[in-house]
Amino acid sequence: MNWVVKTLTSTLGRKLIMALTGAFLSLFLVVHLIGNLQLLKDDGGMAFNIYADFMGHNPLIQTVSILNFTFIILHIITSVILTRLNNKARPVSYAYDGKSSAWSSRNMGILGTVILIFLVVHLSNFWGKSKLTTFEAGSYVPYVTYGEATMQNLYDVVAISFQEWWLVALYVVSMIGLAFHLSHGFISMFQTLGLNHSKYNFVIKIVGYEFAILVPAMFAAIPVFMFLNLQGGLLYLFAGIGVLALVVGAMVSNGHKQQLAV
Amino acid sequence: MNLTLKIWRQKNNKEKGKMVTYKVQDISDDMSFLEMMDVLNEELLKKGEEPVAFDHDCREGICGMCSMYINGHPHGPERTTTCQLHMRSFKDGDTITIEPWRAKGFPVVKDLVVDRSAFDRIIQAGGFVSVNTGVSVDANEIPIAKDVASEAMDAATCIGCGACVAACKNASAMLFVSAKISHLGLLPQGKTEKNRRVQRMIAQMDAEEFGACTNTGACAAECPKSISLVNIARMNREYFAAKVASEA
Amino acid sequence: MKLNAKSPEGVLAEKWDKHKFNIKLVNPANKRKYDIIVVGTGLAGASAAASLAELGYNVKSFCFQDSPRRAHSIAAQGGINAAKNYQNDGDSVFRLFYDTIKGGDYRSREANVYRLSQVSVNIIDQCVAQGVPFAREYGGLLDNRSFGGAQVSRTFYAKGQTGQQLLLGAYQALSRQVANGKVKLYPRTEMLELVIKEGKARGIVVRNLITGEIESHSAHAVLLCSGGYGNVFYLSTNAMGSNATASWRAHRKGAFFANPCFTQIHPTCIPVSGSYQSKLTLMSESLRNDGRVWVPKKIEDAEAIRQGKKTPEDIKEEERDYYLERRYPSFGNLVPRDVASRNAKYVCDEGRGVGKTGLAVYLDFRDAILREGRKVVESQLIEYNGSVKEYEKAKGKPYDELIYVEGKKIIEAKYGNLFDMYQRITDDNPYETPMMIYPAVHYTMGGLWVDYNLMTSVEGLYALGEANFSDHGANRLGASALMQGLADGYFVIPYTIGDYLAKIGHADKLDTADEAFKEAETEVKARIEKLLAIKGEKSVDDFHRELGKIMWEYCGMSRNAEGLKYAKGKIQELRKEFWSNVKVTGENDELNQTLEKALRVADFMELGELMIDDALDREESCGGHFREEFQTEEGEALRNDEDYAYVSAWAYKGENQPHELHKEQLTFENVKLTQRSYK
Repeated sequence: MNWVVKTLTSTLGRKLIMALTGAFLSLFLVVHLIGNLQLLKDDGGMAFNIYADFMGHNPLIQTVSILNFTFIILHIITSVILTRLNNKARPVSYAYDGKSSAWSSRNMGILGTVILIFLVVHLSNFWGKSKLTTFEAGSYVPYVTYGEATMQNLYDVVAISFQEWWLVALYVVSMIGLAFHLSHGFISMFQTLGLNHSKYNFVIKIVGYEFAILVPAMFAAIPVFMFLNLQGGLLYLFAGIGVLALVVGAMVSNGHKQQLAV
Repeated sequence: MNLTLKIWRQKNNKEKGKMVTYKVQDISDDMSFLEMMDVLNEELLKKGEEPVAFDHDCREGICGMCSMYINGHPHGPERTTTCQLHMRSFKDGDTITIEPWRAKGFPVVKDLVVDRSAFDRIIQAGGFVSVNTGVSVDANEIPIAKDVASEAMDAATCIGCGACVAACKNASAMLFVSAKISHLGLLPQGKTEKNRRVQRMIAQMDAEEFGACTNTGACAAECPKSISLVNIARMNREYFAAKVASEA
Repeated sequence: MKLNAKSPEGVLAEKWDKHKFNIKLVNPANKRKYDIIVVGTGLAGASAAASLAELGYNVKSFCFQDSPRRAHSIAAQGGINAAKNYQNDGDSVFRLFYDTIKGGDYRSREANVYRLSQVSVNIIDQCVAQGVPFAREYGGLLDNRSFGGAQVSRTFYAKGQTGQQLLLGAYQALSRQVANGKVKLYPRTEMLELVIKEGKARGIVVRNLITGEIESHSAHAVLLCSGGYGNVFYLSTNAMGSNATASWRAHRKGAFFANPCFTQIHPTCIPVSGSYQSKLTLMSESLRNDGRVWVPKKIEDAEAIRQGKKTPEDIKEEERDYYLERRYPSFGNLVPRDVASRNAKYVCDEGRGVGKTGLAVYLDFRDAILREGRKVVESQLIEYNGSVKEYEKAKGKPYDELIYVEGKKIIEAKYGNLFDMYQRITDDNPYETPMMIYPAVHYTMGGLWVDYNLMTSVEGLYALGEANFSDHGANRLGASALMQGLADGYFVIPYTIGDYLAKIGHADKLDTADEAFKEAETEVKARIEKLLAIKGEKSVDDFHRELGKIMWEYCGMSRNAEGLKYAKGKIQELRKEFWSNVKVTGENDELNQTLEKALRVADFMELGELMIDDALDREESCGGHFREEFQTEEGEALRNDEDYAYVSAWAYKGENQPHELHKEQLTFENVKLTQRSYK
């Protein structure tokens, strides 16, 4: 298995780790988003609570979630190693640096750190409250009963938290950070995996930017809508996202055309 | 036009360097950037000061020897080599900052001269087709599709100047390495040993302590020969395939 | 000393095979006991070093650049000739041989040129096997083009970067041998002296350009692949670092210098724009396939253009003089390089030159754009039933403009990169206004004298590629330089060197501690110290520029006895001043580019004088050497085969002593000598 270690510790191997873990985390974002959008359903939180209970007790989901945490840690550790090596590769910096690439591409580390800080806050707020307390020992989380099933009323926790304007603001800012992180990361992942072909690059680009903007936008909409206590939130959200998708699509394809013309 | 130049001066690899400011007068629009440097050096020489050392040779944009980092860009503001940059790209009164390529893999020799022998060693690791002189296969024996030949040619256009390394925030050499891997890997003559080649060249690239690629695209944006990022993707593919599937 | 060219006896076509059979071989097991020094890493040097290392010899490879890949062969644009006859247009080894001999104005050796043509086909096979991405046709086979006025299409090319691709092929082969441990590279190292003992070349003394250290290297044989001496003229298409020091130092140690006055002036270069100019840029000769060369008929018009009062577009068709088409109706704009260059000089001398300096002629693509455009537009017109109106409506542009747009596309596809290069340098758009061109020094046919084995008049010292005088006679044909460099390195020297090595045996090698090496080292150090000690007023470039001016003026495109004699005196004066008034700053023990230049220019000045001696001696006009006293009534070159069908090989006789001329008589058994005519 020596070749595996050798491969994964080469510069290209480390890139591969970044890409593959990044790909998994992107997928996680989608699943997480679909679940969380239920917060905006006008049903007093029932759908969300049932979903959360299922996610919290299903053994398969539990396994995947361990994998998820592992990948997050691997993504972070590898990026730290890479960044240190990359900094070493240029011991003396330029007096005048002209910068010929996108800001987000150059600052994935900063964006990643923003996301990491967010993760800590986010996890301690919800995941921690739910997992690290038990009913017997006195819980942070109230309980609710639907028919015969009794479960944690996580919806309440969320709804109360999102009455704090600063927390909502933190979420929005973090999601902007995530959007920039994804705007480089998602497309970059394909390049690292060797998927770069003039016939398909447009598709990768448009999917990449739509993903990078729409997913964080929807995540950000949840605390905002809940803060505003908007009724029929889901409907507004989908309408808004639809418009945003069209705008992003038009901008990307216009940029692509101009690039081709050059 | 009259210009202020801020130039990196460093006596040799051991001593520390610093930026020094010079003035040049009556520079013509039609001069090449290096001819402007000639004018400065001639003046320094006549004043008894030591001229600025810089690498240059063919002065027609093909040998890849010239290597100045001008106002924050390798080879300056235009997408060409330093020798093909002309003073009409600047205007009277400009201040121009001139630095050497900065990378661990390219140590400074003196002033603006750096040592790029790391590139030679990467080629020596596998950037060739293993044939001896005297093959008897006719050149037309193996047809090569026109578009494949032309894609290989595009990659082979690399002049090995190192602007990609200089432009990359990670001082990564992947555009250079991938251009050679693509050139040879695309052609039937080079395919035979592509697994060995890609692994050895990348191992050498890492040993030379160039950084890793983070797909910022600065290398391709600054490359005077328009080498494309497609080559890096191809290299990644070949590398992973070689690692996973090949015996070599 | 009688020069022995060692051309094998027998039928022309069999000479090389017979020779290969007759010469001695080194036993495979013994090859690793021999060391070979190769100076220069261009096409000849890199290919020789790689091939010899593949055979098992230990090779040391030297270049002054930071990497072997930078050698100036890399700048060759056009292509490489080979008698493959892939186009079925009647090419053959004999035709390539004949064209080369004739193109060289019958001043080269038959046996050498025939061998060159023979191995040309192997070169293409070799390069393709190495992965050189030559241009191909849709069927996947190699594409060819006709080049430099040849009647057949035998030129292989890789875009406009053939030299680059061939050099990278050779460089990669060299790199492979470095990895194998058979070649040791010495980049940024310049040869400053040849070491000879008992009449044999034993090694070289070099300067490490980074540390200034003077080092000796010993070997059984020394190969000089150090290129030509075009930079004697200061302005040339050569690289800034291209120099003659290796050849000249060898010459001073006994190697004869042959035909030094044969220099090639390339007709299509970008004209000089100012006194700061450091080098000239070549525009590929292929441009003459479509461009028409002209100047105004009237001197007044030319003057108005020079002063900026008129533009080329202001000159009406009937006021233009397409002088090449007028004087050479059958070849027109495609006359050989020497003829095209000389005629450009004539019209400029008459005062009809254009550009700010008056030293330029137009190369006009207007007619080519319109011709090609018309073809396209007429074929498109059929789709609109021949109705111009409907066509214009559909395309949204007037008919004439459409012709221009379509024509421009065709020209762009052919020469786009050249046009871009031209625009970058001159800031003029050649699609809209004619290009301006003027001749510039490009290649030197002369060089160290070598025999059939490529050995110079010093035993164990070889010269390959542009550094030798061999195959191009008095004028080199387009796309032949790459061919010769690679032929020498890949396919000639690997055989012929064995003959010498087997003869001397591997024990016949000198230790670098030997006094011959020590003496040479002392000599080099003294020369450097002397230069550093002068501390004069004028820069090395000042001297170099002055030398160039003298050479260009009196020993350039056309020469006469009076001018040559005058120039000789001027150079002697200049040389004297150089050694008393040059300013070289810095020290020896560091990277010192001023010192490097000074050492090279010192040698250029001596070589310049020899070029003049040679031009004076050769009282005829042939190829690149045009003596005004010897021309036909129509102003064409007048050869004198009776008295001058020889190679002049000059022997060095000591500091400030006149050179001694040795003549190698050329005999022609397979071609009939004719006056070149392109009328």
